[in-house]
Order: sequence, then structure tokens, then C-alpha cells
Amino acid sequence: MSDVSQPAAHPPVTDWVNDFDHTDPQWTDDPFPIWEELRAASPVVHTERFLGCYMPTTYEAVREIANDTEHFSSRRIIVRDVRPEVARNAAPPITSDPPVHKPAKQLLLPPFTPDAMKKLEPRMRAICNELIDGFITDGKVDAAARYSKYIPVQAIAHMLGIPESDSDLFINWIHMILELGIKDENKLLQAVQEMSDYFRAQIEERRSKPTDDLISYLMNAKDKEGQPLEESHVLGSLRLLLIAGIDTTWSAIGSSLWHLARTPADRERLIAEPGLIPIAVEELLRAYSPVTMAREVVKETTISGCPVKAGNMVLLSFPAANRDPKMFPDADKVVIDRRENRHAAFGLGIHRCVGSNLARMEMQVALEEWLKRIPDFRLDPAGTVTWSQGTVRGPRQLPFLLGKAM
Amino acid sequence: MAERLKVHVDPDKCQGHARCKALAPELFELDEYGNAHEAGDGTVPPGLEGKAWLAKSNCPEIAIDVIEE
Repeated sequence: MSDVSQPAAHPPVTDWVNDFDHTDPQWTDDPFPIWEELRAASPVVHTERFLGCYMPTTYEAVREIANDTEHFSSRRIIVRDVRPEVARNAAPPITSDPPVHKPAKQLLLPPFTPDAMKKLEPRMRAICNELIDGFITDGKVDAAARYSKYIPVQAIAHMLGIPESDSDLFINWIHMILELGIKDENKLLQAVQEMSDYFRAQIEERRSKPTDDLISYLMNAKDKEGQPLEESHVLGSLRLLLIAGIDTTWSAIGSSLWHLARTPADRERLIAEPGLIPIAVEELLRAYSPVTMAREVVKETTISGCPVKAGNMVLLSFPAANRDPKMFPDADKVVIDRRENRHAAFGLGIHRCVGSNLARMEMQVALEEWLKRIPDFRLDPAGTVTWSQGTVRGPRQLPFLLGKAM
Repeated sequence: MAERLKVHVDPDKCQGHARCKALAPELFELDEYGNAHEAGDGTVPPGLEGKAWLAKSNCPEIAIDVIEE
């Protein structure tokens, strides 16, 4: 039985190297100096929190772990306070290990190729402009709550064939799973249950009335023996697409706007040279990577010379890897025309984000449409920027003043 | 005379990040899964050498070779 007791508050961190905690408010507000301190200490650090957890701090250590599916399992992908039994088909293929990973991933890849994303682009531009219409004359806006938040959720709802008007429901589930769920098992279970019930009803509707969306696509998919997927697999993959498709890109768009609000020179350059936006998006992805995944150590090994023991989790911080000065010159600076940029924002190895082409397209379109219509904006000194906690990092409140400063 | 370049994608390493296709669309193609391979026999036409090196230096999986012949 799962632990249903109240979530425990975490004591504040005083020793980052030996007792790190990625849910600590100091980390949530500004993780960058913390990562530098950890990286200076060791390529792999350890905390007793979360029932034992390592964190690789260098790009090389992150790459080693991401490519080592023998010692590191994806059956748990969030570092949490509890380790309940692993659910079957939790969210394939992100929760799958070889050899079952590959066929599950291959099912999802064709709908997310760059060419498939091109077809979605006009709808994305319309979504961005509809959102901008809603606040452009107000002179101020919370750009996270009224812009970045709704772009990816409407895109993935469109692809899944579920109502875009249910966006707030989906966003709440994601918050329960990826943030509150780190410390509160009940919240996570409740959201997973509600999400599964929602998709079960959608599947039922499509049995009599097939559609051409991703739900029907998965219902019609065959495994490598030519058999339809088990219902638990269809549900798991649908949960994954919804969970992975929302606050990840919401965060990336929000962080990008946050950067541009504070950096007029970069903003002016992108307005003057819109052709640079795709390159700038890569740099913003590197510098403000939203997603930190997890692995579970299932066999003892060493990483960058550091022994790691089975039974511990790994906080696989692609964001920290992307700030490694050994890999990126001026790693702590945003260089919007950085040409060599082997960043790991979408992961490395077999679990490369299936939605990376979608996320890139959304970011490019969201910035292009925003800069076209709102070339001048800045942080509202009367407001506060707040950041999400845990698995995905991005601004949740982003108060802006629109127009030229008086 | 300038060296002739060829690009090659290691299919075992490629994970479909598609950076090569975005940066050098003349030199790479994607399959139905979005995984990359070199266009034709990988020969880099004159003038596209810079794009070949750019694709190589942006591949997160280090899956691209640029071969100087």
C-alpha cells in the first residue's frame, strides 16, 4: 500500500554538496550558482534526501548516464520522496528500458517529425495571436499565465484531438504530478487517475466514431507481433504526451521571454534579424533548459570515476550539463548567435524527447509572433517572477509592462 | 585544390534530434521516424563545407562524421 500520510516539509539546505535538494526554494529561485558549487566539488554528488540520490554535475557525466541503460533504469523518471511499486506501462516509452523501449518509441516518432510539425505551424501562429489579442491593449500582462502557459497545451490538445477549452484541467493535473507529486503521493495518484479516466472516455467515444488524431492513431497502432497495443499501453502513452507536452515548452517559452525582457540588446537584435530566432532558440534552450529527468541505479557502477550504488535515484540534470564550462565556452552567458551548440536540453541517448521538433517549432513561432506585435516589454517592478519546482523549471508568474518605458 | 568533404551519419548513434537537417538541409535527410542519414553518398557540394562542419558540431549524439578526402 502506498504511504498516504501528509507530505513532509524538507529542512532548508545548508550543505549543498552533501545534502542537495532540488525542491529547496533557493534552488528553485536561482539554481545556477548551486550547480557551479556542486560541479566544483565533484562530477557526481550525493544526497541522503529522496531515499538516496546522485546528481551528475558535468556534461560528460550526464552523457555517460543517459547512454548507459544497463546500470540506469528509466522505470522511475521523477526524483520523489517515496518509491512506490512501479506501475506497468506508466508512460511508455519514457518509462521503458530496452528492449521494450524501441518499439514503443517508434510508434510515437512519425507524428512528431519536423515535416509533421510544419503542418501544425499555421494553427500555432493563430493560437499565439489569439492569446496576444487578449491582452495587448492592457499595457501589462502576466506573460506566463496568459501567453506561454497556453501555447503548448493548446498544441498538444489539438494533436490529441481533445478540447483546447479543457486546458486548465490538464495544466492542473501536470502541476499535481510534476510538482506537488514529488512530496505528496496522493496528489500524484489522484491526477493520474483523473487523467486515465478522461482518456478512457475519449477512447470509448472513438470506438464508434474514429478520428484522425493521436488518440485514434494509438488505438489503431500494432505492436511488432501485429497485435493492437494493450489498453494500458495506449493510456500510458497518452498520459505521457499530455504530461510531457505542456509545462516543458510553457517553461521554455516563458524563460525565453524572461531573458528578452531583461536583455534589450538581444531583443533588438532578434527584431532586426528574425532569421536568427531559430539559432537563438537553441541558445535559450541551452541556457534555460527546462527539463530534469531521473534514472534509478539498478546495478553498481562508476560514473566519471565516482562509484554509484544500486537503489539510489539519479537527478539527471540536463540543465546543469548545459551550463558546464568544459563543454560550452562562456557557459554562464547567453550568446544568442552561438553557432556550436551541442546542448542536451532534449536529453541524450534513446530517451531523446519525442516532442523536440514540436517544442522547437512552438518556441520559434511564440517568439516570432510576440516580437512582431510586442517589440517593447520589460519586467514590471511592481510584480514578482516566480519559478516552478522540481522536474520542469520555468517562470509561473511573469509580470511584464508592455510598450516603451516612459 | 580544396579537399572534398563527405558527411556520414552513424545510424546507431543518431537519435533524431534533427539538428543536421535544420542546419544543412542540402546534406541530410530524415526517415519516417525523423532519424537522419546523409543525402545521396554524402558528398558535400562546393560552398556547403561550412554547413557540414556546423551540422557536425551541433549533433548532440556526436553521430556525424565529416570525412576529408
